[in-house]
Amino acid sequence: MSAHRDQPPEVDPVTGYDTTGHDWNGIKELNTPFPRIVIWALVITFVYSVIAWVLLPAFPWGRDYTRGLLGLDQRELAVEQFRKMDAVRQDWLPRFADADYAALAGDEALMAQAMPAAARLFQDNCAACHGATGDGGPGFPVLSDGYWLWGGDPETIAETLRYGINATHPDTRIAEMPSFNWMSREERAAMASHVAGMLDGRSDPDSAAGVSFVENCAACHGEAGEGGLDIGAPSLIDEAVIYGQDRASVMRTLFDGRAGVMPAWEGRLSEAEIGLLALYVSGLSRADAEDAQ
Amino acid sequence: MKAIATLTRPERGTALLLSIGLAVLGLVMAAVARQGVMATHGMMAVALGLFLSVALAGAMNEPEPPADRLHRYYDAPTRFGIGLTLIWAVIGMGVGVWVAALLYWPEGTPPWPWTSFGRLRPVHTSGVIFGFGGNALIATSFHVLQRTSRARLADSVSPWFILIGFNLFCLWAASGYLMGSTQSKEYAEAEWYADIWLVVVWVTYFVLYIRTLARRNEPHIYVANWYYMAFILVVAMLHIVNNIALPVNLGTAESFPVWAGVQDAMIQWWYGHNAVAFFLTAGFLGMLYYFLPVRSGRPIWSYRLSIISFWGIVFFYIWVGSHHLHYTALPYWVQTLGMTFSVMLLVPSWASAGNAIATLNGAWHKVRDDATLRFMFVAAVFYGLSTFEGSFLAIRPVNSLSHYTDWTVGHVHSGTLGWVAMIVFGAIYTLVPQLSGRETMAWPRAIEWHFWLAVGGTLIYVVSMWNAGITQGLMWRAYDEGGALSYSFIETVEAMAPYYLLRTIGGGMFLTGAILCALNCRATFRDAPALPDTSERPLSPQPAE
Ligand code: HEC
Ligand code: HEC
Repeated sequence: MSAHRDQPPEVDPVTGYDTTGHDWNGIKELNTPFPRIVIWALVITFVYSVIAWVLLPAFPWGRDYTRGLLGLDQRELAVEQFRKMDAVRQDWLPRFADADYAALAGDEALMAQAMPAAARLFQDNCAACHGATGDGGPGFPVLSDGYWLWGGDPETIAETLRYGINATHPDTRIAEMPSFNWMSREERAAMASHVAGMLDGRSDPDSAAGVSFVENCAACHGEAGEGGLDIGAPSLIDEAVIYGQDRASVMRTLFDGRAGVMPAWEGRLSEAEIGLLALYVSGLSRADAEDAQ
Repeated sequence: MKAIATLTRPERGTALLLSIGLAVLGLVMAAVARQGVMATHGMMAVALGLFLSVALAGAMNEPEPPADRLHRYYDAPTRFGIGLTLIWAVIGMGVGVWVAALLYWPEGTPPWPWTSFGRLRPVHTSGVIFGFGGNALIATSFHVLQRTSRARLADSVSPWFILIGFNLFCLWAASGYLMGSTQSKEYAEAEWYADIWLVVVWVTYFVLYIRTLARRNEPHIYVANWYYMAFILVVAMLHIVNNIALPVNLGTAESFPVWAGVQDAMIQWWYGHNAVAFFLTAGFLGMLYYFLPVRSGRPIWSYRLSIISFWGIVFFYIWVGSHHLHYTALPYWVQTLGMTFSVMLLVPSWASAGNAIATLNGAWHKVRDDATLRFMFVAAVFYGLSTFEGSFLAIRPVNSLSHYTDWTVGHVHSGTLGWVAMIVFGAIYTLVPQLSGRETMAWPRAIEWHFWLAVGGTLIYVVSMWNAGITQGLMWRAYDEGGALSYSFIETVEAMAPYYLLRTIGGGMFLTGAILCALNCRATFRDAPALPDTSERPLSPQPAE
C-alpha cells in the first residue's frame, strides 16, 4: 500500500481559511496564520522572566549561582521576618519569664493581651492530649476541674511543664503506679470493688480489701485514699479520674500498673512561654468554677 | 474469551508462553520473598499467569481469524482497555469520595490498618491517574494511532501484553498500599519490582507505537501522535530516574532510593510535575486533538498553533517542577527558574486550549445539542482555567499563600476532573458506540445526566477547595497586634468542615456520573448488533471525505 498524497487545499466555508491538504481519517487542519497575540504573549512572559532572572538568583554559575541585582537570600529573609515578628512580642512576652506570677496575674492589661495568645499556644501544643479547653480524656488528666495531681498554683504547674512527668528530662517528676499482678485474681477483684466503692463511701475500711488497701496502697494514695502526698498519686475519693474508677478500669490499672507520660517542655518552649502557659492553665479551673456559679 | 479468537494459532502460542512466563516469574518472586507483600504479589502474578494459560490452552483450537484481518483495524484491545478504564474509574473515584468523607468525618475510620487514610489516599491517586487515566490513554492511543496512520497495530500480542501488564502494575501498586508497602514518593509509591515491571511494559508500548507508526499509510504524522509519543517517552524517562532504588534485599519489597536530601526532593517533583505534564496533559491533548475534530466534524483551527504549542509545552514543562518546592531548602535560583518557566508555559497551554475552542467555530449548535461534544468543550475550558491557575500558583509570593493548603488540591482537581476526566468521557462516548457497531450509546439521555453531574460536581469541588485553601492560608499567617498567632492550628482545621462536606458532595456527584457512564457502556457493548466481527473493521480504503 503506497502512502497517500496530500489533498489539494480547500477553503473552509466557516472561517474562510484554506486547509493544509493533510487528511487523517477525515481530520483536516486549517492553514490559519500564526496568531499575533500568541507571539505577544510569548514576548511579554519572556520579558517578565528576563527581569526576574536579572533581579533574583536564577542560574547556576560554576559552583556558585547568579545572585541577582536585588541580592536577595531566602534564608536571610526568613530570619529577618522572624526577628520582626519577635520584636513585636518583646513588649509583653518576656515578662512571663519572671517567676513572680502573682504580680503578673495582677496586671490586668497585660493579662488581657496575653491570655488569648496563651489559649492558642495551649491549643497548638497541649490540646492533642488534654483537649482544646483542657477537659482531658481517657489517660490524660482534666486541667480545668480544680483537682490536681501535683498542684494547681502557677509555680507548681510551671515546674510540671518544664520537667514533665515520667519524661526524658533528668529532673522529671516520677509518678508510677506499680503493677499488682502478683495478687490473686480474687484479691484484685475485691480490691477493685473496694476502690470503685470509695467514690461514694460504700466501701468498708474494715473488710479484707480495706485492710489490704492500707497495707498496699496507702503509702502513695493516703490512708483513706485522699491522695495529696505530692508523688503524683491521685486521690481516689474525689470525682476526678484519669483512667477510670469503675471496677473494670481499676482491674486493668492493678494488673498493668500505670505511668502516664507528660512530655518535658524545657527547651521546646521558652521560659516565658512556660510561664504564660502556667498562668493560663492555673486559670482554667478558676474560669470553670466561675462558670459554675 | 472472544479476544483469543482474534489471535492466530502461532500468536496464541506466543501468548501462552508469555502467560506461563508470568506465572513462573510470580513463583520466583514468591519463593525468594517467602512472606510479606512481595510474596503476595508473586502469588497474584501466578494466579493471573495460570488463568491466562488455561484460557489460552483451552481456546488453542478455536477457529482462526480470517486472513484478511491484516487489512482491518485491530480494535479488540481498545475495547478491553475501555472496560478497564471504567472499572478503575469507579474504584479510584470511589476511594476518593470515601477518603474525602473521612476528612469530614474522621471518627468514621474503621479500625483496621488497611482502611486508614494514609493507605487509602494513594489507592485513590494511583487508581485514578494510572488505573483510569492510564488505561484510557493506552486504549485511545491504539485507536488514534491506527486511524491516523491508516495501519493496523504492528502485532497482535503486544497490545494485550501492554494492557494486562500495565494493569498488573496498577493492581500491585494499589494492593501494596493497602498492605502498607510504599516508597513514600507521591504518585510513585509502588516499590522497586513493580517499577521494573512497568519499565518492561512501557518499553513494549513504545516499540509497538513506533513500529505501527513506521507502517503508516499517511505522508505526515498527525499531531495527536506526537503528543502520545511524548507521553510514552517522557513518562519512561521520569519513571526510571525517579525510581532508581536499591532493594534492601531481593526478597523484600522495601528499598532505599539512591537520591537523598534536597536532590531527592527536586527529582521527585521533577517527576511529579512532569507526570502532570506528560501523563495528565500531553497524552490527553493527543486524545483531544483526535476526538474533538472527529466529533465536531470541524478541521483543527490552526495547524501551526498545534505544532508550536506541542514543542512549547514539551520544552517549558520539563523545567517547572521546582515550583513545588518554593520556600524550602531548595536553592533560590532553582525556584526562580521554576517560577519563570511556569509563567512562560502559560502561553503554549492557552494556545492549545484556544486552538481547541476555535476548532468548534461553526459547530456551536452541535456543542449545544450533543453532550459528548460538550464534554470535550468543557474539558478544553477547564484545561485553560487550570493551566492559568497553575502558572499563577507558581509565582512565589502567591505560592506562599497557597502552598500546603487545599487550594493545591482544588487546582489539581480542576485539572483532573474538569480537564482529564471530561476529555476521557468525551472520547469514550464517541468510541464505545463505534466499537459496538452502533449509532449511539444504549442510553443517550444518560450522557446528558452524566454531563451535568460531572460539571456540577467539579464546580462544587473546585469552588469549595478554593475557599478552603484561601481561608486556611490566611488563617495560618494571621498574627494579632501582639505578634502572636491569631489562630491555633486546630481552629484552622475546624474551619474546613463545611468545605470538606461540600467537597465530598461534589466528588459524590462526579462519581455517580462515572458509574452511570460505566453502566451505559456496559449496556452498549452488550447490545451490540451481531455484526460478523464488530471489533475489527477495514482500514478506510480512501481518506474519508
Ligand atoms: C503527649 C501528651 C501530653 C501533652 C502534649 C501534654 N500533656 Fe500534660 N499531661 C499528660 C499526661 C499523661 C499527664 C498526667 C501524667 C500522669 O498520669 O501522671 C499530664 C499532666 C499534666 C499536668 C499535671 C496536672 C496535675 O494534676 O498536676 C499539667 C499541669 C499539664 N499536663 C499541662 C500540660 C500543658 C500546659 C501542656 C502543653 C504545653 C501539656 N500538658 C501537654 C500528657 C500530655
Ligand atoms: C508507688 C506508689 C503507688 C502505690 C503503692 C499504689 N499506687 Fe495507685 N497510683 C499511683 C500513681 C502515681 C498513680 C497515677 C498514675 C498515672 O497517672 O499514670 C496511681 C493511679 C491509680 C489509679 C488510677 C486513678 C485514676 O484516676 O484513673 C488507681 C485506681 C489506683 N492507683 C489504685 C491503687 C490501688 C488500689 C493500689 C493498691 C493496691 C495502689 N493504687 C497502689 C501510685 C501508687
